[in-house]
Amino acid sequence: MTQAPVHSRPLPTTAERSVGKPIDRVDGRAKTTGAARYSAEYPYPDIAHAALVHAAVSRGRITGIDDAAASAVPGVLAVITHLNAPAMKPPPPVSLMNLSTLASGTTVNYLNTDEVHWDGQPVAVVVAETLEAAQQAASLVGVTYDELPAAFDFAAEEKNAKPQKSDLVQSGGARKGDAEAALAAAPVSVDLRYTTPPHNHNALEPHATTAAWDGDRLTVHEGTQNISWMRDNLALKFGVPAGNVRVISPYVGGAFGGKTMIWAGTILTVLAARVTGRPVRLMLTREGVYRTVGGRTPSTQRVALGAERDGRLTALIHTSVTRLGRVGGGPEQVTSQSRHLYDAENILVQQNLVKLDLLSNTVMRAPGESIGTFALETAVDELAYELGLDPIELRMRNEPERNPIDGKRFAHRMLREAYARGAERFGWADRTPEPGSMRDGRWLVGMGVASAYHPSWQFAANVTVRLSADGTVVVRCGFHEMGMGGATAQAQIAADALGVPFEAVRVEYGDSTLPTGPGAGGSGQTASVAASLLSACDKLKRSVLALARRSRESPLRGQRLSGVEARDGGLYRADRSGSGSGSGSGSGSGETYTAILTRAGRNSVEAKVGSDTRVGAIAGQVRFMSKLMLDRRRWVKAASGAQFCEVRVDPDTGEVRVSRWVGVFDVGTVINAKTTAGQLRGGIVMGIGMALSEETLVDPRNGRIMNPSLAEYHVPVHADVPPIDVSCLDEPDPTMPLGLIGVGEVSITGAAAAIANAVHHATGRRVRDLPITLDRLL
Amino acid sequence: MKAFSYVSAADVPAALRAISTEPNAKFIGGGTNLVDLMREEIERPDTIIDITRLPLSGIEELPGGGVRIGAMVRNSHLAADRLIRMRYPMLSQAVLTGASAQLRNMATVGGNLLQRTRCLYFYDGAAACNKREPGRGCDAIGGFTRNHAILGASGACVATHPSDMCVALAALDATVVAESVRGVRRIPMTEFHLLPGGTPDVETALAPDELITAVELPEIPVAATSAYRKVRDRASYAFALVSVAAALETSDGAVSAVRLALGGVAAKPWRAHLAEQVLLGAPATEESFQRAAAAELAPAVAQSQNAFKIELARRTIVATLRRLLTDGSAA
Amino acid sequence: MGRQPVVEVRMRVNGVMESLDLEPRVSLLDALRERLGLTGTKKGCNQGACGACTVLVDGERINSCLALAVQYDGREITTIEGLGDGERAHPLQSAFVRNDGFQCGYCTSGQICSAIGMLAEHGAGAPSAATEHLSADTIELSDAEIRERMSGNLCRCGAYNGIVGAIREVAAAVPGEIGRDVMEAAR
Ligand SMILES: Cc1cc2nc3c(=O)[nH]c(=O)nc-3n(C[C@H](O)[C@H](O)[C@H](O)COP(=O)(O)OP(=O)(O)OC[C@H]3O[C@@H](n4cnc5c(N)ncnc54)[C@H](O)[C@@H]3O)c2cc1C
Ligand code: SF4
Ligand code: FES
Ligand code: FES
Repeated sequence: MTQAPVHSRPLPTTAERSVGKPIDRVDGRAKTTGAARYSAEYPYPDIAHAALVHAAVSRGRITGIDDAAASAVPGVLAVITHLNAPAMKPPPPVSLMNLSTLASGTTVNYLNTDEVHWDGQPVAVVVAETLEAAQQAASLVGVTYDELPAAFDFAAEEKNAKPQKSDLVQSGGARKGDAEAALAAAPVSVDLRYTTPPHNHNALEPHATTAAWDGDRLTVHEGTQNISWMRDNLALKFGVPAGNVRVISPYVGGAFGGKTMIWAGTILTVLAARVTGRPVRLMLTREGVYRTVGGRTPSTQRVALGAERDGRLTALIHTSVTRLGRVGGGPEQVTSQSRHLYDAENILVQQNLVKLDLLSNTVMRAPGESIGTFALETAVDELAYELGLDPIELRMRNEPERNPIDGKRFAHRMLREAYARGAERFGWADRTPEPGSMRDGRWLVGMGVASAYHPSWQFAANVTVRLSADGTVVVRCGFHEMGMGGATAQAQIAADALGVPFEAVRVEYGDSTLPTGPGAGGSGQTASVAASLLSACDKLKRSVLALARRSRESPLRGQRLSGVEARDGGLYRADRSGSGSGSGSGSGSGETYTAILTRAGRNSVEAKVGSDTRVGAIAGQVRFMSKLMLDRRRWVKAASGAQFCEVRVDPDTGEVRVSRWVGVFDVGTVINAKTTAGQLRGGIVMGIGMALSEETLVDPRNGRIMNPSLAEYHVPVHADVPPIDVSCLDEPDPTMPLGLIGVGEVSITGAAAAIANAVHHATGRRVRDLPITLDRLL
Repeated sequence: MKAFSYVSAADVPAALRAISTEPNAKFIGGGTNLVDLMREEIERPDTIIDITRLPLSGIEELPGGGVRIGAMVRNSHLAADRLIRMRYPMLSQAVLTGASAQLRNMATVGGNLLQRTRCLYFYDGAAACNKREPGRGCDAIGGFTRNHAILGASGACVATHPSDMCVALAALDATVVAESVRGVRRIPMTEFHLLPGGTPDVETALAPDELITAVELPEIPVAATSAYRKVRDRASYAFALVSVAAALETSDGAVSAVRLALGGVAAKPWRAHLAEQVLLGAPATEESFQRAAAAELAPAVAQSQNAFKIELARRTIVATLRRLLTDGSAA
Repeated sequence: MGRQPVVEVRMRVNGVMESLDLEPRVSLLDALRERLGLTGTKKGCNQGACGACTVLVDGERINSCLALAVQYDGREITTIEGLGDGERAHPLQSAFVRNDGFQCGYCTSGQICSAIGMLAEHGAGAPSAATEHLSADTIELSDAEIRERMSGNLCRCGAYNGIVGAIREVAAAVPGEIGRDVMEAAR
């Protein structure tokens, strides 16, 4: 069923191959010795410190600001408010010709307006000689408001939701047949309502910015998931050419989507640096992160399933309500997986949106699917119990050959294999299906499964590769490292593509002066960079071969690229095996890069993919979008997997502990077994938090977040996390570069459902509202 | 955090002098609660008196068979102490379930006694809170009350005391030793923390110029079979929703000695006298445990979101006693 | 609200005697990061709730964000930068790399310092909430013990399995030894 591979090309067969190996991270030493510098850690001799003042009303107009006490604090340099802030350009309207316009976290022009749009909006920034003085002064700024009526209670407002309109990239709904009628007619059915609360990313590094102006040139150190968006967006905002702005971001202390958009802290630090003429640093307080950086929307979802008695699905309905901020945010694709996972005869999916006077929602690890799979995959389990079928068997009976909603082909689909391997590793056969039937001492034991699903994405990436005469390679691309191990993976890919040892490759990333990389989002960064990197390596080999061919002495004389392979640090004729040395004699099967470059009198050879000129960038974007659209029309691409978990529930207190986990994933080719496993585990850990403890508490009486703290927002700790067995099927996706599919998000999907299903198995209780805190089991 | 001046006291008299002469001064122990609250602008002392160098870091046996714990003993050292582990295991366990290892290495016994509530509205300067600003109202009522009181609350305040250690101390009939320029005072643990009534800002029986110098534990043989059970929203590093400190001794199938206290349910560690009365002399059975738990929680009143805690407290009492009965510990 | 007098604070940091003029309100964490340029110690919450700021004081692990620097006058502070032996990494540092005990790296300094303190505490016989028998003379360092004892260090990237793996590996190789060097240096 597969087409000729698009980008995937043969990998070297030598023992030196690095792709697939569990290689240690290249930044391991820096990160374990404290040498890695994060954005608040760049020393500037005359640095000043900033602190934000947040509004404490949800909607209103500022009627007065008293900054006398704040200004009197020794060391305060400026108290910047809407009364004295210089004008900035408002956030630009969204344009597909300049994708950085998508990057504004909100539409508010901070400190250029007296309007307040959410509880927590920054209304002043204080700059001082010391951090302590800035924070003290910020607490002394008095602000009065005229409050305006506002809507912030999601539960009360969800009835006002409107259907989400579809656009080029995101579809708000879809249907096949008449699902409601089929549901009504189905001999067995479930029709259920699920809710999930708001979540916050809580990357361990709070958002931090260090900004320094030098005349009209701006340097910004900031851990971001999109360097080029940040550069372009700040350039627009402060009215300077994009080339004048440099964003440096080699280390990002966790992000999970929360550092994709540009939020108030960044803008106000740059503003503060401009106003004071000093380099300024702002690390948001943890509370400040909650108040100014969006999180995941809450949701209410309906999942209804109708089936024949043999389990064949006749109807699948999945609808959702989520919220946006009135000043920004986007729809989260809550029903996305429901269009692809089950071969139901009739399908209806529809997402609905309501706008509230709250901070914008924003992307957070698998936006949509993380919570959508909770509802869908719990409902499937509920149906399995209605049918008296094993939940895996029910899924297998409905495993589609083609994309259920529109009949498109799957680029790759291995859910059957994932379940088979997972069941084996987990010992699913030992499970007795009756709820409450398994015990370990006083603990009730439950086992649950759920499917994981996340679409795979690929974006444009500009890459430069330089090969030096000493045989070393430098890959340059402005991509992002939030912990995925990007530099390690790309070094592995380049090493194989050029046939050099892994250690010979250095990857430069995290700087806007590098060729523009893709954003780190949609689990698409690795594939996106890999695609361009592979093309660049091809170009490079072609140039090197051209140099060799020019020389009479080269054994590669007259060879074409197709007849040559890169290995052992050079190019060799594919038809002659053995690493015949290429020390210059024309008789061998090839020669080393060093030999070729030295003879040609070259220090290095460089190849480029993509252009960062204005025209080049637009052309690249257009080319890329059209290819993406074409691709999308042909294929449905995704990472998927099977999640198995075991929980223990205390029968007295209802406490739930996850005791065992097996996840088997289809993520195409595994580039680095070590970092891939780490990322997959990380998603599961976040899924455990989502299932059992995470919830951002928005007070329905005033729209204020009441637990803006790591002490009161419970992310999983060591003691919550059991050993997690993850494995990958490691079969290349023929439509993806090197056959790889992104791994960043898929493993959070299905995780909460697997736990909810296990809890049901342990206790007989269905919990349809997250998080599954113990009170829901008492 | 506002600016303040700093004094380090070398001995107890110096500390007492400093607190009685410096206006608006506060002692600081490990700082794990005070520094946090100062950063939140909830505590705003002008002077900080560092008492960590006071020679109050010993744990000694008392002549009468009890134990005296110096106020500067770190929580981690208290929990690891052999004497405490053998004679009062519930106290060791209670301390070990509190906070994190790093915080326990900093936190002192005195500071733990005086740590303040974790009410979300107390922590948020934008909210109305009678504890922070008497008379302003209480935004917790009708709000997020998952970690709020079910016993002893008032219309003015429904907050809980967050300490784990104190729950064990209440069960163990501890005495707080306090000293001021006026002399030494001994305050029974059960009278140390106060219910809110109309003055939730007054949290303890300690005067502002009094220094806690020690906590004394009487000899309680039953404490050797004791346990602390903490129920919370994650497996570690979270405050209690409900906790139970219990000690149980039986003879001939009847309860011959018992100590019981609850955490997470009131503005003070809640000594369960009613339950103890039911239990003493009663057959050591599940049924008696149920009756005792029901008696203690009969006066419980729920807030909008914490009705579950009444049931949870009942069950946790029963489960803890049951385990003590069968295993002699509930760890 | 006049300018706060500064206080002289002397601490030995990673073996080097440092003398700082600080306002009493400056935390040990900010003193390390902003005054001494030792930015390896991280700020994740500034409220004692994450453990990113963990450092060793006289060999004991604490959260430096809730510590006023003045209170640590005369003490011996070890940060992530002070581990290892010049170019040679501390065994835990390399074990973290081998076991992939991190992703973004932001919690890592805290995890490593905490683990060193933890192993010393365990070596000294200190119990934890996971300890079944408080009266036991020796406590086996099971995974459950490691997890409970390390629960004061959040890792939002979820690298917990790798962290436990790294600690287990090192603890098995040199039981009771890790942390002793730091403790001894402190004396
Ligand atoms: C994230 C986090 C989680 C936590 N989790 C828990 C938990 O689960 N369970 C739990 O029980 N606790 C928990 N704690 C609280 C911790 O136990 C307390 O902060 C600690 O015990 C306070 O001790 P300290 O010495 O640091 O007090 P400090 O902060 O130094 O002082 C607290 C108060 O006591 C006063 N004081 C201190 N010593 C004396 C004295 N000798 N005489 C008179 N006054 C004195 C101070 O003036 C101050 O008002 C947690 C704390 C944090 C930050
Ligand atoms: S419950 Fe008490 S502490 Fe909480 S807001 Fe009300 S008065 Fe304040
Ligand atoms: S920064 Fe100190 S515990 Fe989080
Ligand atoms: S590695 Fe990112 S928080 Fe632990």
